[in-house]
Amino acid sequence: MEKLIEQFSLGLFFWQSVLFVALVLLLKKFAWKPILEAVNEREEGIKNALESAEEAKKEMQSLNADNERILKEARAERDTLLKEARELKDKIIADAKEDAQEQATGIIDAAKAAIEVEKQAAIADLKTQVAHLSIDIAEKVVKQELSAKKDQLELVDKMLGDVTLN
Amino acid sequence: MEGLNYIGAGLIVIGAAVGIGRIGGSAMDAIARQPEASGKIQTAMLIAAALIEGIGFAALFAA
Amino acid sequence: MRRDFLIKKITFLLFLVSLVSMGQHHGDAHAQHDTHKTEESDSSLKVEIKEFINHHLQDSHDFGLFSYEDDHGKEHHVGFSLPVILFDSETGLNVFSSSKFHHGATVAENNGSHYKLYHGKIYKTDAQGTITYDDHHHAVNAKPIDFSITKNVVFIFVVGVLMFLIFTRMAKNYKTSVLPKGFGRLLEPIILYVRDDIAIPNIGHKKYKNYMSYLLTVFFFVWIVNLLGLTPVGINVTNNIAVTLSLALITYLLTTFTANKNYWGHIFWMPGVPTPMKILLIPIELLGTIIKPFSLMIRLYANITAGHIVLMSIIGMMFIFKNWIGSPLSFGLAFALSLLELLVAALQAYIFTMLSALYFGSAVEEHGDH
Repeated sequence: MEKLIEQFSLGLFFWQSVLFVALVLLLKKFAWKPILEAVNEREEGIKNALESAEEAKKEMQSLNADNERILKEARAERDTLLKEARELKDKIIADAKEDAQEQATGIIDAAKAAIEVEKQAAIADLKTQVAHLSIDIAEKVVKQELSAKKDQLELVDKMLGDVTLN
Repeated sequence: MEGLNYIGAGLIVIGAAVGIGRIGGSAMDAIARQPEASGKIQTAMLIAAALIEGIGFAALFAA
Repeated sequence: MRRDFLIKKITFLLFLVSLVSMGQHHGDAHAQHDTHKTEESDSSLKVEIKEFINHHLQDSHDFGLFSYEDDHGKEHHVGFSLPVILFDSETGLNVFSSSKFHHGATVAENNGSHYKLYHGKIYKTDAQGTITYDDHHHAVNAKPIDFSITKNVVFIFVVGVLMFLIFTRMAKNYKTSVLPKGFGRLLEPIILYVRDDIAIPNIGHKKYKNYMSYLLTVFFFVWIVNLLGLTPVGINVTNNIAVTLSLALITYLLTTFTANKNYWGHIFWMPGVPTPMKILLIPIELLGTIIKPFSLMIRLYANITAGHIVLMSIIGMMFIFKNWIGSPLSFGLAFALSLLELLVAALQAYIFTMLSALYFGSAVEEHGDH
């Protein structure tokens, strides 16, 4: 301990204190402050960059999710549209078919009716023609066999009335 | 009686050495157990060792 | 890549070897001079080595690199002299060159007062340079207050200028680029280490900024000074108690003057203990505040001094065992110890900074912080 006290030099202590305090103050002003500020700034910058990157990532993700959703909706819409269209088509086709059927039956019915009418007319025509033919034949026959034309005609008419055309 | 203080100094040095050795050993154990905390353990170890060393030196100079 | 690494390793080894061998050169000059002059026995060689070590550890009034004796027995000192500044109660301020002392051989005369250099200290004497001793062979002459620019002061100044240049240059680099350039790349991680692993954990996020300048300066100052102390120039500053006292005192003053109410509360009225204990704790706590920086001072001083004494003793052993096994052995030991001292240089700087930060932290700790 005495050796320490003996060795102690006031001058060195004084100079060390003066120089060191001056060094601290000078370095504080010209070195540590700018260095630490620069480092801090850089770290803040890095932090901010990372944060904004993270945010961008999140935004991207939400955007992606949005896109996905929109796509899904669009797809669903398309599906429904397609379905509707298909249904419509089916319906139209079915309607058309039904219509056609109806028309066809109508036409067929009309045709049938016309045919019936024609047939009736033809039959009636045929009847008159057959009657005339028969009269002619009968006239020729009866002309020879019967004398009274009137009686003969009555007889033929009566016979023709009995005859039913099948 | 001149030599007695040197014997005392020697004892102090032995004590300090044992103490620092124990700290180092315990720190190694701790690091082995929890390698992820090695930084903190090292700091604590150095501080503890420095404190013991300080006492050792103080006593040595008092001798 | 591998070859690069190898080359670096070899350069590093060469550098270390040169360190040790230069240290050896130091001892060499003296030991040779010793054997040359008087052909003394082994024991006086030991005394010589001891004295040389003591001389090496001491501050001196001139910047001597080494000294030797030529064939005519004349001593030569290589180096330069430094200004001596004395404050004498009788004659006031005295400034003269240390060359007037002729390394303690002659009496220096200035303004009518006479001074003599004796064992590294300046004493006021008469014209003949008589020094009177007490019973313990201590000089009793009057001592003027010595503010001389000694070797260590010069060295502190040089280190200060060096640090200033390095760090202002580094600071300038940040103006042009975000990333450090050159030497700053090495220093920036250290600065960040001091900030993130020493200051912030110990002082806390809120207040660490106030102490950063001191912590960084003290860390780099102690480290650089310790490292340069290991070089062949071999001027240790931190093995002067005055230097470490100054550093520790600054830590103490900073702690004391920045301390908050909570800190003083813990000293004068320790919360949570019974009243008689509180009174008992006051002197203990007060003593504790002084012991803390005191241990800082002693630790740094003792570590560096002890390291240098051991290293130089081992180097000195080469000249005591003059045989084929002793000298290589002591060389190897000195080499290993130099490596250890490199570690100690950084470790002591770290511990000084760390403990300072710890004390600052306790001074500004808020009540709810722990």
